[in-house]
Amino acid sequence: MVRLFLSGDGPRSAILGAILLMALFALAFAPFIFPGSRALETAARICIFIVLVASYDLLLGYGGIVSFAHTMFFGLGAYGVALATVHLGRGWDALALGTLAGTGISVVLAFVIALFSLRVRAIFFAMITLAVASAVAVLVSQLSWLTGGEDGMNIQIPRELTPAYRPFEEPVLGTRITGRILNYYLVFFASLALFLMLLRVVNSPFGRVLQAIRENAFRAEAVGYRVVFYRTVATCLSAAVAALAGALFAIWLRYVGPGTTLSLEIMIDILLMVVIGGMGTIYGAVIGATLVILAQNYLQNLMGRASEATSGLPLIPDLLSPERWLLWLGVLFILSVYFFPTGVVGRLRGRA
Amino acid sequence: MPDPLMPDPFLTLEGVKTDIAQYHILHGVDLTVPRGQVTMLLGRNGAGKTTTLRTIMGLWKPREGRILLDGADIAGLAPAAIARKGVAIVPEDMGIFANLTVEENMILAAASGPFDRERLDWLLGVFPPLRTFWKMPAGNLSGGQKQMLATARAMVEERALYLIDEPSKGLAPAIVSTLARALRELKAAGATILMVEQNFALARALGDRVAVMDDGRITWAGAMAELAADPALQERLMGLSMETAR
Amino acid sequence: MTAAPDHTPTMTRLPLMVRLEPWLPALLVPALVLLGWLLIPYQSSWLTLTVSGLAMGMMIFVIASGMTLIFGLMDVINFGHGAFISFGAFVGVSVLLMLSSLTGAPSLMLNLLALIAAVIGAMLVTGGLGWAFERVIVRPVYGAHLKQILVTMGGLIVAEQMIYVIWGPHEIFIARPEAFKGAVTFAGAALEKYRLVAVGFGLAVFLAIRWVLRSTKVGLIVRAGVENGEMVQALGYRLRLVFVGVFVAGSALAGLGGVMWALYQEMITAHMGNEIMILVFIVVIIGGLGSVEGAFIGALLVGLLQNYTAFLEPKLALVSNIGLMVAILMWRPQGMMPVIKVK
Repeated sequence: MVRLFLSGDGPRSAILGAILLMALFALAFAPFIFPGSRALETAARICIFIVLVASYDLLLGYGGIVSFAHTMFFGLGAYGVALATVHLGRGWDALALGTLAGTGISVVLAFVIALFSLRVRAIFFAMITLAVASAVAVLVSQLSWLTGGEDGMNIQIPRELTPAYRPFEEPVLGTRITGRILNYYLVFFASLALFLMLLRVVNSPFGRVLQAIRENAFRAEAVGYRVVFYRTVATCLSAAVAALAGALFAIWLRYVGPGTTLSLEIMIDILLMVVIGGMGTIYGAVIGATLVILAQNYLQNLMGRASEATSGLPLIPDLLSPERWLLWLGVLFILSVYFFPTGVVGRLRGRA
Repeated sequence: MPDPLMPDPFLTLEGVKTDIAQYHILHGVDLTVPRGQVTMLLGRNGAGKTTTLRTIMGLWKPREGRILLDGADIAGLAPAAIARKGVAIVPEDMGIFANLTVEENMILAAASGPFDRERLDWLLGVFPPLRTFWKMPAGNLSGGQKQMLATARAMVEERALYLIDEPSKGLAPAIVSTLARALRELKAAGATILMVEQNFALARALGDRVAVMDDGRITWAGAMAELAADPALQERLMGLSMETAR
Repeated sequence: MTAAPDHTPTMTRLPLMVRLEPWLPALLVPALVLLGWLLIPYQSSWLTLTVSGLAMGMMIFVIASGMTLIFGLMDVINFGHGAFISFGAFVGVSVLLMLSSLTGAPSLMLNLLALIAAVIGAMLVTGGLGWAFERVIVRPVYGAHLKQILVTMGGLIVAEQMIYVIWGPHEIFIARPEAFKGAVTFAGAALEKYRLVAVGFGLAVFLAIRWVLRSTKVGLIVRAGVENGEMVQALGYRLRLVFVGVFVAGSALAGLGGVMWALYQEMITAHMGNEIMILVFIVVIIGGLGSVEGAFIGALLVGLLQNYTAFLEPKLALVSNIGLMVAILMWRPQGMMPVIKVK
């Protein structure tokens, strides 16, 4: 039964299985286990990034395609929802329409980009996606009449998802249920569904052909698989899921802005998570996203204290300053690529 | 099976095994090339002849075995180091730099310094098209002219060992005879040459010794005269006789 | 034994059209300038924008030339190139600020001295950084493009953060040296002196690189190595050393570009390298990998287009360059003057 759920692609490692189970449990019951809005915020963020990174893993780990346009699709999903609620009000239909629109545009854009990649070499493709994503980010900041520019847009979500809404008078399991918690469960279940779907995709015949193409595109073509078709589908699918993640993010955050969705920082975060977690595993997304986001939130505190403690010394406090968080992440990233090319998941599986 | 009566070996391969990716190509090559003579390496396509030359040049690293050049083991050295010991290769694909002029190709080949003017003049006399196209990008030359350039490049300085891979492949007979003339002059000057050649007439005309290769191993080695005089042996080793094949 | 028949063709030079064909892209530059002249209402504005565009183009070229040679020769994608730009800018600016007495003086000689010191400082530091980068970060991942992209991105992040550590989080303003301040008037347009100097300087760098590539043995090795590295080694050259040399030179050029850019903007931030890198990537792609001439033409086109559209329709500036890239790739998928063909 569980195998069916996981599409036959189990953790294949006792430790990994345990970690995943713990993560699932923690995320499923987060509102009850971890009090406070900060913890819930982190949990929701982890859910969404798991999906975002897993969709990137589909493209990079399974498809072998390097693209920097992922945040663009993430942003399109988010802005789709934002624009829909601005123009259509705060109903569920606005959310649905916005999500659909954002996802649809992402798929179309992904399709165009994938076709274009036919004309150019793989390495060009990576650079081109970077350029296009940057251009879109700049465009979004500049079209402030439409997108709110640098300041972004606030999103009005249905009342049932706001903290003001109280479905039950009495607390459940010690916690008062608010719309915010309902919002969280929307995020959680949607993320879970998307994650399991991605697991299904990579374990399907489609996924296997994709991997064969990654290993040797020439041979795959010679055997009879139309490489173009598979790569295009992978790109579009990956983009669609990213857009859906973006829509969820917008609904949860109730805000969208170029900084939260389109920035290069997010793209780098995704890269970090997929590499540290383990490319080509899908589960790596869980490990990577959890590790990086937890570290981002809580390690920075630690660094701050360490920086104060060493304030007398030269240079060290600057290196340990919480704002220099990215420095150490970068170092970890480089070390991961060298020493853990298969990521945490690969290590746990003994590179099986 | 090295010939025990081998005069003055200059290049010796002992048990050389080379893999390319996960494919085993050379399964233990034992080959001896005597100094000052032309040794032909014959065999069917896929026998491993080009791989042997490339292994000697250091372009592939042998998994096992020794390669002795005038006594010193060069197996595993970088190609540049081997080249500096006086080994030159004329590869199967000629290795011409298409964006560089004929002159620039030749300058690069004369690695140890400026041209030996006399030698260069002689070369340009043997390969007149090179003089005509001296300042033109080498990519504009015809196939035969490119082969002339590739060969001239190897000959621009005196080398200890020439590794030549199918120089006559795909070329018109007239050009082949120009090449043959150049190689004959090299031979007359006492050069040591190891040459892969499918053109039996050329092989027989130029070769002093011959080694036949099949499936990554040397199956027969000896004097060219011996092989040429024995059609049955040729049939057995290579599947056809050198008389009938063109 | 008969002599081989003479194979010389009747002409030893290719027909004119065939010789000119690779140079067609060069015509795009005057074409774009002409287009600008037609679209921009005021002649004086057009003149100012053209000079700015050429100056920006020159700076981008200086940076892109290193990148295209590194990729062409070593098949290495260095996403960290942007860090060298920023580092070069910061080092150069630090030197200029230290020598403020020289830059503040009205004498051209003293100003030049300060600039030369800044440039040398920047190039030495970024060259050294490049050497370290190549050894530590790039060398272990030769041949693996994916890992190169990831690792050099990591290197970019680390280098950028180190700028914050060393110089602090704020932007630094830098005034141009006295003799380069201000503008000259020409045909009713105010042309900034610095930008004119930048155009001349960029042209000089282009000619210098071309000279090295065409007239020196090292240049010959680089050009041959771009085509067929294996054969170059088989001729006896230690390509490895040339690789490192090119990487260091490319990084130093990025540093030089950074200094030029710093003085163009009169302000530096740790991010500035990244901002330009998008344009540099576009230039490398449309110029054709491994081609310095292609990068030159591409850079001028990008610089001009950026400035023209920034004036005509500011929101479309970056998008217009993407459009340029798409258009050129449709015309020539390998770039305008590629040296390396499809792998």
